[in-house]
Amino acid sequence: MYESGDLKKGLKIEIDGEPYSIIQFQFVKPGKGQALYKCKLKNMITGTQFDRTYRSGEKFQEANLEERQMEYLYSDGENYCFMNTSTYDQEYLTKDQVDDVINFLKENMVLDILFFKGQAIGLTLPNFIELRVTEAEPWAKGDTASGSTKSVTLETGYVIQVPPFIQKDELLRIDTRTCEYVERVKE
Amino acid sequence: MAGARLTCLSGKRRALILRSLIIRSIRTFFFDHGFLEVETPLRINAPAPEQNIDPVPSDGWFLAASPELQMKELLSAGFGPVFQVTRSFRKNERGSLHLPEFTILEWYRVNDDYLSLMRDLEELIKYIANDLLIYPNIKSRGNKVDISCEWERITVEDAFYRFAGWRPGPYPDPFRFDKAMAEDVEPNLGLSHPVFIYDYPVSMASLARQNPDNPGTAERFELYIAGIELANGFSELTDPKEQRMRFKDEIKRRRKMGKNNCLMPENFLESMSSMPPCAGVALGIDRLVMLFSNSEIIDDVVAFTPEIL
Repeated sequence: MYESGDLKKGLKIEIDGEPYSIIQFQFVKPGKGQALYKCKLKNMITGTQFDRTYRSGEKFQEANLEERQMEYLYSDGENYCFMNTSTYDQEYLTKDQVDDVINFLKENMVLDILFFKGQAIGLTLPNFIELRVTEAEPWAKGDTASGSTKSVTLETGYVIQVPPFIQKDELLRIDTRTCEYVERVKE
Repeated sequence: MAGARLTCLSGKRRALILRSLIIRSIRTFFFDHGFLEVETPLRINAPAPEQNIDPVPSDGWFLAASPELQMKELLSAGFGPVFQVTRSFRKNERGSLHLPEFTILEWYRVNDDYLSLMRDLEELIKYIANDLLIYPNIKSRGNKVDISCEWERITVEDAFYRFAGWRPGPYPDPFRFDKAMAEDVEPNLGLSHPVFIYDYPVSMASLARQNPDNPGTAERFELYIAGIELANGFSELTDPKEQRMRFKDEIKRRRKMGKNNCLMPENFLESMSSMPPCAGVALGIDRLVMLFSNSEIIDDVVAFTPEIL
């Protein structure tokens, strides 16, 4: 159990049977009044957000969350199928639930699936992933201006800014937190 | 790790120099106005029982949550006007505007009321701004506040009506009142020029005198600049009988909530029989430094927070 004084940004609590993440937090205490804990909460299943102010002494249940490593198998356009590589159990997430990472999702990629009370509700990508370039304009010789970039398309369909020397079929390391190119991977 | 701590400290150089200059200005201002600087103990046996202020226990006594009672005893003993710059301690108060140990400026005038304190505050902050060469516009927290104009005064009733859409009356529900204050009223106060809100519901001013001209209210005010609550002051209640009754109420509420500090400050109550008409105000120095240094969080204006010790 948490108390009001434990509330802070990033804490995950259960309200009315659903998991919420505190995405903004502020302690306030106007004048000689009581301590108040202003939270912006995000429902971790539906993504809906709302503001709520709590007072001292309120109790909160910890959200029963668990992460498991799984492999992404395929999508039928609506649902995304993941498999536990040791038990071969399969779990499904909806398009909405993978929306944030869809640009970097590749078949056979291993990632963390988030479970709430045994039900899959979301996923986290590794911070760095490797993706192949499927379309790139050839390097225009003479374009040596430092700092210039060009767009290339990755195997997931995502278009990313890279240095001009990058060519089709090369493997790139991508930072999934910033969605930016990091370096070329030597094979 | 030591390197990271020292980098963090040296990053606060500008704010800490400003802090020192501000405290110097404060002292000069009060000496020039004929105030006596006093000191009262940090460890005391019986702090004022107030429902929402939790003192920190210290070896059977408490760390002072404010210097109020001892400073008022000095007034009863014939001192005044007096001021003090000191530390105060409040349990479980930590946020972007709160530290559990903070620096407070408190001053008292005898044979005077809360209106004079509002004038003092206006003069003091203009004086400091002039000293720091940032008069008349203070850029803070996304606002440009012009402090050269005459500062706005608005009653608590009117502020609530204007920003929250309802009037609290003398006995509002405390949670509804505090929540509306924090969410609707405070964020709108003092954005373009400083604002005093005054005449609080009687139920929210345990040590203040009732206002004979505005029944149901107490002569208490707060100063807001750039949405920050900077100071709280009032015309002091000087009637020991009424004060004892109000303390009893506060103690009853604290008991019900299972809180510590349910002691009656007997020495203070005894001294009240000699208390002259007076008025006092407390100003948060950390927050004043935040205002002048355009800081978003209180951590930026003190060298050490509890978390980095």
